This record gives sequence, structure tokens and C-alpha cells, in this order.
Amino acid sequence: MTETNPVISARNLDLVFQTNDGPVQALKDVALDIEKGDFVSFIGPSGCGKTTFLRVIAALEHPTGGTVTVNGMTPDEARRQRAYGYVFQAAGLFPWRTIARNIKLPLEIMGFSRAEQDERVERVLKLVDLDGFGEKYPWQLSGGMQQRASIARALAFDADILLMDEPFGALDEIVRDHLNEQLLALWERTGKTICFVTHSIPEAVYLSTKIVVMSPRPGRITDVIESPLPKERPLDIRDTPEFLEIAHRVREGLRAGHAYDD
Amino acid sequence: MRNTWPVLVVLGAIAALWYLAVAPMNIRGALDQAERAGAVVAPETPKARQEVSVWRLMIDNPDHIAAGYSLDRPRLPTPVQVGEELWKSTVGMALRGRAMSKRSLIYHGWVTLQATLWGFLLGTAVGILGAVAIVHWRVMDMSLMPWAIISQTVPIVALAPMIIVVSAQIGIEGRAIPKAIISAYLCYFPVLVGMVKGLRAPTVSQIDLLKTYNASALQGFLKLRVPASLPYLFTSLKVGIAAALVGTIVGELPTGAISGLGARILIGDQFGTPLAIWAALVAAAILAGVLVTLLDLLQKITLKRMGFRQ
Repeated sequence: MTETNPVISARNLDLVFQTNDGPVQALKDVALDIEKGDFVSFIGPSGCGKTTFLRVIAALEHPTGGTVTVNGMTPDEARRQRAYGYVFQAAGLFPWRTIARNIKLPLEIMGFSRAEQDERVERVLKLVDLDGFGEKYPWQLSGGMQQRASIARALAFDADILLMDEPFGALDEIVRDHLNEQLLALWERTGKTICFVTHSIPEAVYLSTKIVVMSPRPGRITDVIESPLPKERPLDIRDTPEFLEIAHRVREGLRAGHAYDD
Repeated sequence: MRNTWPVLVVLGAIAALWYLAVAPMNIRGALDQAERAGAVVAPETPKARQEVSVWRLMIDNPDHIAAGYSLDRPRLPTPVQVGEELWKSTVGMALRGRAMSKRSLIYHGWVTLQATLWGFLLGTAVGILGAVAIVHWRVMDMSLMPWAIISQTVPIVALAPMIIVVSAQIGIEGRAIPKAIISAYLCYFPVLVGMVKGLRAPTVSQIDLLKTYNASALQGFLKLRVPASLPYLFTSLKVGIAAALVGTIVGELPTGAISGLGARILIGDQFGTPLAIWAALVAAAILAGVLVTLLDLLQKITLKRMGFRQ
């Protein structure tokens, strides 16, 4: 690759799943560049391939056609270089580990020293506002706190890319607003590149510098919107005309994909 | 203690049923005894009585029903008789300093317990290793699992004598090893099934998470599959140890065994001492209860220390 500028770059990406009901085209001809420091949201109805695309970046799925590079490498190589942290829809904390030991899990696997592990746990717990909760077990924490712990876990090994698959999907609106605000602050502070899958238009518009609208059957990109909103975003930015205008365009994009016609 | 009442009610119901059953079960014995003592019973001879149902006998000889509750060799002893026999052959023997005599159930229980624990260890080891193989290699799932299931359809009472004969043939002396093998044969299966389920308990996203860390198969096994399987392991260990005890007792039944609770049951049958049979049966049940309770305690302590929500 001569062009190493984009952190993530996809070209003519195809992915066909072989199922019992025949082949399913999960991704078709997807092309996208994500620059360093971008906050990219993927939005679209179920089956539009947004999660699949994230999993392709993470090398959890392998494309059947086209190319995708992460930091100029294949996703498999990038994974070996610990290029990304992945946050799943369910917090997925191990119930037999305390919060601190959950965050240590990737560090143990990657062979960090004990002292380094402790130091990093402390640092990322602060980053997600969970200092003092290290010795608690997951079931002792609320859903929002558990999801924050799982973000801390993804941050612990200093990956530059954060892949988040509907991380706040199961949380209520108020907690979600709060976490969105915190996530923006965290992104601001760390300068990470974030790919964020969501169902929610306001969430996508509020968080992103770039919104990727997708539609199903076959999963494809229908619109890519560069957000003109400033980096500094208080929650009430959601009542400004600019915000509503972007939200409108996202909605139009979703409708253009005929997603809800059938 | 809100739970005390239901427990007591069930216990009371069992005792009541038991006492009720004693009357018809022992009426013939009671009439035989009364006849020998010179009482007039109807019909008059044991042979004639064979032709009549126990219900008829009870209706015709109501005065003799009570005697059925205190026979020396009852067909069905009362709970109190069993309790007395059990006490005599355990605590009674121990008080006289003969806890390890051949007539003491403590001795026989100890013999059975040893074989049970060996069988339990062997069965658990086989079960866990089998489960690991099945979870990690698809071929093992297809080749090993059917045999594991088939193995449990063969009646153990048919298999036990064969194991004993074969082990004698190949020069293994005594009963200890074949007994442990029979015991393990029953014990490994619940452990195998439970551990297969337990090792497969991790969710897809937990497995994917480890993939994103580029974790090795061994790391995934030790950090995810093993801890996730522990609640399942303990549950199957509890079933397994009870099965191991049953296996041991079955292994003690074939002719020739002279020690162990199973041998006690068989000898009691041969010598017509039902009280000894029942005492041995109850001793086996108590032993099983103690073993399962100990494992339950171990489970509670371990899972609590691991942070699992109780």
C-alpha cells in the first residue's frame, strides 16, 4: 500500500455468508476511508451489514471479495499488532473476575508485567470514571457502569482504534446520554479513532465526525455524511438547526435505502 | 426457619407411609409367629395362608397386626427397628471399641467409602479429560460421545461381575481395583456431560473478545472455558459421587465379596437378616448424603470466592 494515510480503508468489499437458506450477501461493494482521529458512526436497520463491517475490520469475519486495510495492514496483522480494542453490545465482563481483573484480562494475555497491569488498570478506570470500583464484581455494578468497564478494558492496551458495536443499545435514554457525553470527552482526550455502530439517529449525529448510512439486502453504504458540527458538543447541541439538518439527511438516507418499505 | 415445615411434613409423610406398609408386609410373619406360640389364627396353616391375600389376613386377624411391628425378622422393619439396628452396628460397636470389627457398619462403610472415592477420582478424571477432548476436537465429539452414551445403556449389574472376573484373570488381586473401576464407570458420565456443557458455556461474544486479543487456544481454555465451566463441574460432581457410591455397592454385590455395604446387603439377604440389609441400605444413603453435602459446601465456598453471584 502506497497510500497509508487512512487508518482504515475498504475497497470493493464483498462478504457472502453461506447459510442453509442459500447465500446471503452481507456486504456488497463497500468502499470507505476512515482517517486518524475520526469518530465514525455506522447507522442502518438490522441486516444492513454495519456490525459485519466492524467484524471484518476486527478480522472476526473475512471478506469474500475486495480489500480492507487497518493501519496499512490486513486486519489479521493489525490484530496481532493490537491495533484495536473491541467493545461488544453486551458488556461481556467475566462474572468470576473483579472489574480490575476484567480489565487485566487483555493485559495478561498480551504479557504485560504485574506492575504495568496495575498501573494501566488504575489509569483506564479513571478515564471512564470508575475509580474505586476495581474490586467490585460485575453483578455489583449497573448496566451503564458495566459497559464503561468494558470500554476501559478495550482502552487498557493502548490500541489506537476503538471498535464499538452498539455499546449503549441496551441502556436507557438518560444513561445513554450521559455515556455519550463521556465517550466524546474520552475521544477528545485520547485522540483515538472510533468506529461506532448504532441504531439511533440522534446518537450517531451527536457523536460523529462522519456518519455512514447503510441499507440492507445486500448490505451497502448509501450515504456518507461529514458532520459540520464543532468538536465541542454540549448535549443541547441536539436542538440546534445544524444538528436537526444532519439528522434529517441521515433519515433521508435511511429512507432512500428502502429499508422500511417491506 | 421457614423451610423447616415443608421438610418436616415430607419426612412425616414418608414415615407414615412406611409405618402403614409394615402391617401388610409383615402380617404373614406375625401370624406364623402367633401360630407357633399356640394362638388360633385363620387360616390355620402357613400353607393355607399362602392362598389368601394379605388384606384378607389383616381383616380376619386384626389382633395380630400389631405383632408385625416387632418381629425379629420382619419382611419390612419399622423405621425405629432400622434405627436401632443402625445404632447398634455403628455407635454401639464403636462404644465397645470394635468400630473396625467385621460386624460393624463403620468398617463396611469405610471399605465402601474408599472404593467410592477412588472410583470418583478416576471417573472425574476420565470425565473431565473426555470433555476437554470432545470440546476441542470435533472428531472426538462424533466418535467419543456416542460410545459414552452407549456405555450407560449397559446395565451395570450385568457388567460388574465381568469386570471382576476379567480383573482377576489379568492378575489383579482383591476387590479394590475392580470396584473402583465399576464405580468410575457410573461416575464419569455425569461429569463428562456436565463438563462438555460447561466448557461450551462461554458466549460467542466472550470467545470473540479473546480472539480480538489474539489469545492462544490454551489461554482461551484457561482464562475462559475452565472458569466458566466450574458451576457445571460442581453440579455434575454431586451427581457423580452419588453414582460412584451406587457403582461401588453394585461392585460389592457379586458373590465372593465379604466386606463393604454391598456385601452386607447381600449377606443379609442370604442369611435372612432383613434388619442388617436395611441398616446397610440406610448407612449407604447417609454416606451418599454426607458426600453430596460436602461437595455442595465446597461448591458454595468456591463459587462465592470466585465472585459468582449466589
